[in-house]
Amino acid sequence: MDNHLRFMSLQRKSSIKWRLEIMSETKNYTFTDYKSDQNVRWCPGCGDHAVLNTVQKAMAELHLNPEEVVVVSGIGCSSRFTYYMNTYGFHTIHGRGSAIASGVKVANPNLKVWHITGDGDALAIGGNHFIHTVRRNVDLNILLFNNQIYGLTKGQFSPTSKHGFISKTSPYGTVEFPFRPGELTIGARGHFFARTIDRELKLCVDVFKEAARHEGASVVEILQNCVIYNDKTHDAITDKEHKEDRTIILEHGKPMIFGVNRNKGFILEGINLKIVTIGENGITEKDILVHDATCEDNTLHLKLANMEYPEYPVALGVIRSVKAAVYNQELNNQINFVQRKTEIRKFRDLAIEGDVWEVK
Amino acid sequence: MGKSSKVIEVDRLAVRFSGDSGDGMQLTGTLFSHTSAIYGNDISTFPDFPADIRAPQGTIGGVSGFQVHFGQGVTTPGDLTDVLVAMNPAALKANARFMKPGGTIIMDVDSFDSKNLQKAGYKTEDPIFEDKLEGFNVIKAPITSLTREAVTDLSLDNKSVIRSKNMFALGLVYWLFNRPLEHTQEYIRKKFGHKPAIMEGNLRVLQAGHDYGNIIQAITPSFHVSPTESRKGIYRNLNGNKAVAWGFLLAAEKSGLELFLGSYPITPATEILQELSERKDLGVKVFQAEDEIAGICTAIGASFAGSLAVTTTSGPGLALKTEAMGLAIMAELPIVIVDVQRGGPSTGLPTKTEQADLLQALYGRNGESPLVVIAASTPVNCFDYAFYAAKIAVEHMIPVILLTDGFLANGTQQWRVPEDNDFPEIKVPRTNQEPKAYKPYLRDAEKLRRDWVFPGMAGYEHRIGGLEKDAVTGNISHDGPNHHLMVTIRQEKLDRVANYIPDLEVMGDESADILVVGWGGTYGHLLTAVDQLNAMGKKVALAHFTYINPLPKNTADILKRFKKILICELNLGQFAGYLRMKHPQFNYCQYNKVHGQPFTVHELAEEIINQMEA
Repeated sequence: MDNHLRFMSLQRKSSIKWRLEIMSETKNYTFTDYKSDQNVRWCPGCGDHAVLNTVQKAMAELHLNPEEVVVVSGIGCSSRFTYYMNTYGFHTIHGRGSAIASGVKVANPNLKVWHITGDGDALAIGGNHFIHTVRRNVDLNILLFNNQIYGLTKGQFSPTSKHGFISKTSPYGTVEFPFRPGELTIGARGHFFARTIDRELKLCVDVFKEAARHEGASVVEILQNCVIYNDKTHDAITDKEHKEDRTIILEHGKPMIFGVNRNKGFILEGINLKIVTIGENGITEKDILVHDATCEDNTLHLKLANMEYPEYPVALGVIRSVKAAVYNQELNNQINFVQRKTEIRKFRDLAIEGDVWEVK
Repeated sequence: MGKSSKVIEVDRLAVRFSGDSGDGMQLTGTLFSHTSAIYGNDISTFPDFPADIRAPQGTIGGVSGFQVHFGQGVTTPGDLTDVLVAMNPAALKANARFMKPGGTIIMDVDSFDSKNLQKAGYKTEDPIFEDKLEGFNVIKAPITSLTREAVTDLSLDNKSVIRSKNMFALGLVYWLFNRPLEHTQEYIRKKFGHKPAIMEGNLRVLQAGHDYGNIIQAITPSFHVSPTESRKGIYRNLNGNKAVAWGFLLAAEKSGLELFLGSYPITPATEILQELSERKDLGVKVFQAEDEIAGICTAIGASFAGSLAVTTTSGPGLALKTEAMGLAIMAELPIVIVDVQRGGPSTGLPTKTEQADLLQALYGRNGESPLVVIAASTPVNCFDYAFYAAKIAVEHMIPVILLTDGFLANGTQQWRVPEDNDFPEIKVPRTNQEPKAYKPYLRDAEKLRRDWVFPGMAGYEHRIGGLEKDAVTGNISHDGPNHHLMVTIRQEKLDRVANYIPDLEVMGDESADILVVGWGGTYGHLLTAVDQLNAMGKKVALAHFTYINPLPKNTADILKRFKKILICELNLGQFAGYLRMKHPQFNYCQYNKVHGQPFTVHELAEEIINQMEA
C-alpha cells in the first residue's frame, strides 16, 4: 500500500453505491493511541498485560491506523484483549474467533485483522477452525496465548497441559498428551510460526511485527504465565538464570547459536538435530546450521518447533516464514478474472440470460 | 402436424417421467417443463430422486422420477399423474401408485424382459396384469429398438444410443400433448454442437418418438392444454434453491453491499451454495467453511466488516449454528440464515421434505434470543422472501431465519423476471453520529435498531461482542437491571418488525365457518384444496403465514372471524402450538403428516370436509 495515500474501498468497482475512501497521511502513533478507555481487568502479574503492551508498541512501530485494525477474540482470559484496544474489536464466542476473523478479512481484505486466542480457545473447542484457518492461509495474525491451563474457569487442564499435569479436573494427573502448537500449525500446512515469551518484551515486539508483515496466516505462540492457576509453568526455560541455556532465539540467515557463553549450536546428525559446542571436537562456527525460515520444506522447522527442554533448548523467534498464495487475495483475483470476462454486470443480466421467454 | 381428430382439451395435466437414475429423466422432465412454460402454461415440477448416488441398475431403489404439472392455475406438482413414462419395470413398479385412474402409461417394452421384471420384483411376465393396471391406457412402445433404428447409420457407440432413448420418450410425450419440438431441438443443437453425430442422433430420436405418436394416433387420443394469459415480461423457470440465491443477489444490488456467503454443503440446501459460488461475475464472495459453525461465523465476521452476510443450511446445520446465532443477536448484526428443512430429527430423511424445524428456528438458542423467522411458500417466492429477509436484517440490524424446505428447494415454477422497480431499495443504517462520540448501541426511535459502522471508519472504533452491554455506552455490563432492560429492548426491536411486514390475508370464501391455516411450503396444496372445495360450493377460507416471528399484526383479527380453525402442517403441530401460545383465546384443530412428502390436495380436501362435518 502507498505510504502516503491509502484508498480503502469497502465496495468493489462498478456496483459501488458507497465507497468509503479514507485518504489520510500515515501518522506517527505511540502505543497509547491503541489503548481504549476500559480498565484492564486481568490479574495483577498476569502475562497478558505484557502482551497487550507489546502488541500496542508493535502496532505503533508498524504505523497501523487504528481504524484499519480489527481485533477478533474468542473466549478466555486472553480474549478480553479486544476491549483494551482502541481499534475495531469483536469479542466473539468460544473457539470460533478464527472463523469470524476469516470472515472479516475476506469481506474486507484492506483491514489488518488480529486474532487473539488461547490454548483452550484455539486448540480444544476451536481446534477445527484453527487448523482450517491455517490451512487456507487467510491473512490473519493469530496470537496464541499458551499458559497450559484454563484460567477463566479457574484451573482445569488444557490441551497443552503437560502429561500428568495435576489440575482441578485431573487431580491424579492428566492421562492425555498435549498438543504442541508449532507442530499442529506446521502439520496444518502453516506458513508462519513463531514463538515468544510474555516477559521477553523486545522479542514480542519483533515477532509481532514479523507476523504482521507476513502475508497469510501467521501463528505466534506466546508462552504466557498464569500467575494464579499455573504460576511458573514456563519458568524452567524463562527464568533469568537459565534462559540463555534453555532457549534459542532463531534469526533468519544466522547460525543457530545459543547458551550463556554463545558457544552452543546445532548440527545435523543423520536426520536429527545435535547440540554441539563450538571449540570442542573441532567444531567451529562455520559448522553450525544457519536458520532458513523461508525454506518451503518444513522438516527442519518442525524439528525446531518441537524442541523441548531438557533435551533441547526451546526455539523462540520466527521459526517458519514462507511465502504462499493467500486465500483472500486468491479469491479477489478469481472475482476480478471472472468479472473481466463476463457480460453479466448486474442482477438483471443474469436473470434474463439463458433459457427465457418473453410474454408481450 | 397431421393430427387425428381425437384431441381432448383440458385445463391442466400432470406427466411423470421415470426410469433408472442413468436414464436422464430429470433432464427429460426439465425440457418438457421448459417447453410447456414457453407455450404459456403455468407449471410446477417436482423431482423425486433416489437418496443413493448410484443405486443398482434396474432396481426400485434406483428409480428417478420427475413430475410436471402444467396448465391453468397450477400451484402444485399434482397429487397424481395423468401420464406415466416408465423406462423400465422398476419405474413402473415404483410409480404406478401415482397414476390417476384411467391415465396413460407409456412403457419401453424392450426393457420389460424377464431379468428386469425380476429385478423390479415382478413375479410374472405381465406386470400390467400383476399390478392390476388393465384400466389404464397402456402404450407399449418399443423405445429402445426404435431408438436404435433411428440412428442405425450414424455409427454411434452403444452407450450414446442408449443414452438418447429418453429423447424418444420426450418426442412421444410432445406428440401426446401437441407440443412443438423446437425448444428441445434448439437445446440439443446447443448442447451437442461440438459432437455432430450425437447431436444428429438425439434430434432424430426426438423426431422418431414424435412420429411414433402419429403411427399410434388411431388408438390413442392426444391432449391440448391451453396457455394462460400472463403478465407481460420475461419469464424463466426457477426452483426454490436458485430463487433463494438470486433473491440475495438482488438484495446486494439494492443495498449497495457486497454479498458474502459462509456455508457448508448439506442436502437439500447445497445448491444455493453452488449457485452463489458461480456468481463471481456479480462479485459474490463465497466461503465454503470447514463446518456449519464456521459457515455462520465467517458470515458474522463479514457482517461486522460491512457485507450483506448470509449462511445456508438444513436442520442439522441449523442446530450447529445455534450458539453463533445468539452472538449475532447480541452483537445486533444483520445476517440471514437459510434453513432448507428436511425430515428430522438427526440425519433423518435428508432428501425428503418436512416442516419440523419451526420451533428450532423460533426458540433453539440459549437465553432470551428473539430473531425474525420468515417462511417462503412457493418455489419462486423463495426469491421474494430471500430479498425481504435481507432487507429486514439490514434495516433492523437483526438476524433473520428464512425457512424453506426440500419441496420448495427442488420444485420448479415459471418466474417472471422482476423489473427494476418491483423491489424497493434496501437502506443501510449508516450512522449520523459524530466520530469520537460514537455509541455503538445508540438506537433509532422507530425500529430500535443500532447504527451499522464498518471497520475502516476513523473515529468510530468500537468493540462489540457476546457479553451483555450497557444500554447507553455499549460497554460490558454485568448489572442486573441493565440486563433486564437490554433483554426487553431486543424483544421490543423484534416485535416492531411487525410494523414493516404485510398483513395476513384471507383467501377463498371469507364468509366461511372454517379457516384453514398453513405456513411455508404447503401453500400450493392448501390453496388448491380450498379452491376445489369452493368450486364445489363448500364454504372454506385459507390464511397462509409467511411471516412467523413476528406474526402479522392482524393475526388475531383474522382468526376471530372464524368458528373453526384447522392448522395443517408437515410436523406434529409446531405452528399450532406457537399460535396457542401467542393467541390462546382461540381453539385450534390440527392436521399433521410427516411422510417426508408434501400433502396431497386430495387428503387435505377430505380432511377439511371431515372437520366441517365434525
